[in-house]
Amino acid sequence: MTEATIASPVSLPAPRSRTRIVRRVLRDPVGITALAILIVAISASYLAGFITPIDPNATDLSSVLAGPSGAHPLGTDSAGRDVLARLLWGGQSTFAAAALATVVALAAGVPSGLIAGYYGGWFDAGTSWITNMLMSLPAVVVLLAARAALGPSVWISMALFGVLLGPSFFRLVRTSVISVRGELYVDAARVSGLSDARIISRHVLYVVRAPIVIQAAIIAGIAIGIQAGLEFLGLGDSSAPTWGMMLNEGFRNVLLSPLFLLWPALAITLVTAAFAVLGNSLRDALEDDEITPRTKGRAIKHIPHSEAGLVPTGSVAAADTDHLLVVRDLSVEYPRADGTTKRVVDGVSFHVDRGEVVGIVGESGSGKTQTAFSVLGLLPETASIAEGHIVFDGIELVSRTSGAVSRSRMDPLRGTRIAYVPQEPMSNLDPAFTVGYQLSRPLVKRLGLSRAAAKKRALELLATVGIPDPGRTYAAYPHEISGGMAQRVLIAGAVSCEPDLLIADEPTTALDVTVQAEVLELLRTLQSELRMGVLMVTHNFGVVADLCDRVVVMRDSRIVESGDVVTILSRPSEDYTRTLLASTLEGKTPRTLLLSDSAGETA
Amino acid sequence: MLVFLGRRILSGAILLVVISALTFTLIFSTGGNIARTLLGDYATDGQVALKAQELGLDRPLVEQLVNWFTHAVTGDFGRSWFTSEPVTQAIMGRLPVTLSIVFLVMTISVVLSVTLGLLAATKRGLVDRATQGLAIFGAAVPGFIVAIVLVTTLALQARIFPATGFVPFGQDPAAWALSLFLPVAALVVGTVAASAQQIRSSIIDVLRRDYVRTLRSRGLGEREILLKHVLRSASPPGLTVLALQFVGLLGGTVIVEQVFSLPGIGFLAVQSTTRGDLPVVLGVVVFTVIMVILINLAIDVLVGWLNPKARIS
Repeated sequence: MTEATIASPVSLPAPRSRTRIVRRVLRDPVGITALAILIVAISASYLAGFITPIDPNATDLSSVLAGPSGAHPLGTDSAGRDVLARLLWGGQSTFAAAALATVVALAAGVPSGLIAGYYGGWFDAGTSWITNMLMSLPAVVVLLAARAALGPSVWISMALFGVLLGPSFFRLVRTSVISVRGELYVDAARVSGLSDARIISRHVLYVVRAPIVIQAAIIAGIAIGIQAGLEFLGLGDSSAPTWGMMLNEGFRNVLLSPLFLLWPALAITLVTAAFAVLGNSLRDALEDDEITPRTKGRAIKHIPHSEAGLVPTGSVAAADTDHLLVVRDLSVEYPRADGTTKRVVDGVSFHVDRGEVVGIVGESGSGKTQTAFSVLGLLPETASIAEGHIVFDGIELVSRTSGAVSRSRMDPLRGTRIAYVPQEPMSNLDPAFTVGYQLSRPLVKRLGLSRAAAKKRALELLATVGIPDPGRTYAAYPHEISGGMAQRVLIAGAVSCEPDLLIADEPTTALDVTVQAEVLELLRTLQSELRMGVLMVTHNFGVVADLCDRVVVMRDSRIVESGDVVTILSRPSEDYTRTLLASTLEGKTPRTLLLSDSAGETA
Repeated sequence: MLVFLGRRILSGAILLVVISALTFTLIFSTGGNIARTLLGDYATDGQVALKAQELGLDRPLVEQLVNWFTHAVTGDFGRSWFTSEPVTQAIMGRLPVTLSIVFLVMTISVVLSVTLGLLAATKRGLVDRATQGLAIFGAAVPGFIVAIVLVTTLALQARIFPATGFVPFGQDPAAWALSLFLPVAALVVGTVAASAQQIRSSIIDVLRRDYVRTLRSRGLGEREILLKHVLRSASPPGLTVLALQFVGLLGGTVIVEQVFSLPGIGFLAVQSTTRGDLPVVLGVVVFTVIMVILINLAIDVLVGWLNPKARIS
């Protein structure tokens, strides 16, 4: 085992972006410290002969368990051997053994993971089974068994341990390869006639090399820990000094000389910690590299119930109380990585009356969904309401101090008076609970119905939204129903407490065309039956024409124009609206808008 | 669910047979050398041959394997070469110690890591940084070093806890708890470090899902959403990590039992390894694998219960 194999246990191609990650690690004080510790420890071990002339096995019974002195800088052990020399020489076998375990694990895990992930099939099934088997084996126990049968060789133990650790590389590589294999550029490479071997080495290995290096650092640390543990148990090869054996001797003599226990414990801890921290630092560098451009957290911001500085209800302008919902001069901001903020909603004002359907139209990124989430008080945690008012039925919802919707004012309204129909039906139902539970629970919680009454009501609701067999859907889990059904369930949930305002965020976008028409029809029926005000977020002018009374057109976080739907659709005053309209209708036969048999219904 | 359970039990049984066979082959493959090792360098070749014959080591490996299996299925794992005690009896006698440790470590780890993970994911700030720091510490410092530090400081220096020995629960529950406190603490650190971090990140992941927003829009309380919905979806990855931790834990107990001189299965394993008592070593491997399979089965069932989708796949 030479030093070279230790310094770079992984021989992978070194493309350009790896240097960037290395540079990041070098800038991270923790990472660089760990790296420095390893370099110092490894070079000191292999230069042991130059550092101290003392033979690590030379006993001197005249000075047993002596403290530090000129001749023995770290003292002597129970046989009078020099601790420093034993520590340094012990490092050699430690690092070499760790390198062996890592290389074996790499050899066992990487090629098999590449093949299993790339080709799948029986090889994948077989290797995955072996992986599961290896992972259910407690390493220490297996190594004990091997020691019992094959003798106390550290090399056999570490080679075997490498095999046991192979699965960690196998799983890592296999998962990455499977995800890369589906990428378009890999398809392109295949189509352009590159051989599998070239695709694997050039494209696939490129993706997994950084995680492999990280894992190798972590595994080297684990191997050192396990090796020291076995030697500590007294199962090592006693012919050469090792840290684990020194730990064993130190532990047995701990009452006589605690210091003697300290040195090997310190050496083991420092080195395993350095490997672990280095792995961690590499991972951070890698994740930074990938994630920095999109650091938007999406958890919800919580505002404590007791808060000072709420805008008193009295300050709401008199005109704002006439409408069901008034949004005035609303601006929403997100912090950027460089400390500035990005406005995603800028000075938006509109209102919704009782029983009225208002559409917000715009391309993706225009700020329409952010506006809707502001009204619901469900903006992501990082977002803040920089300016403006949201007044619902005369109640000011925005808390000035916190830059968010006041939780104490919003909580009583949510679900019962303001409801929400999301865009993507399948991801908006909790997969772990039945449809029935998710429908009836808010009824119990918010309306105070008994469980039986809530179930009865939920079944009625399912029938109302046009689900053919309410009983079966009630008992089903979300993954057992179709997307169209799921959207009906979500609509049923939204209207279950008969809200005054329904906020629908692209409720038909994720559905099949035929189902879209049915869902729109359902929304229309429910809206007129329950006399709800509806805020309909959409990019589709067909939907607007079909359902809305008034429309707000948004672009680049601002309102472009707003007004009566007939006026906007027939005589848009802004170029942008015209473009948007044209793109919606492009390639389709122009239809007579606003007639009862418009496209949405007959489709 | 029954089909799911049946399939898991079957695959566990196959796993057990394969691992037993492999371990048997690994251990007994050296054939004649075993008797030589047992008797030492000074024994004559005749004595070695006689010993090998006595232990059945002169037979073909396959025959030995089949012989071992036919007895093993009836619960007979042979006798110790040194004490003649039946292997099953030797293991059963030491099982309470190891099970006490493992049970305590698992229970405490689940409670601690779920609490820490939840707090770190929702409150962020100090708890979050502490959890991440603990995760690095757990990966950085080997468990037996933690055990050694605990025993030297709290038991040998401060004398708060006993350094060695085990008191059965039935004899004196308080002394039992005291005798296990340090070994359990030493193992809990690593387990919690790994799983709290996992639970934290899966909670953060689940909190970002669309359905959490929808549940909030329905006006359900934050506590209910967190404890019922988020925790439930976030648990399976945490449980998977815990299952892996359990495997590591069985190795950890071997070392910890040695440090604290606890007469458990790990102690037995080290003892029989040093003197080459192969039937006991093999028995210990088989028993540990049975424990792993049982825990994995329990966790599979739990994941299936938590996540209805997992029941079909």
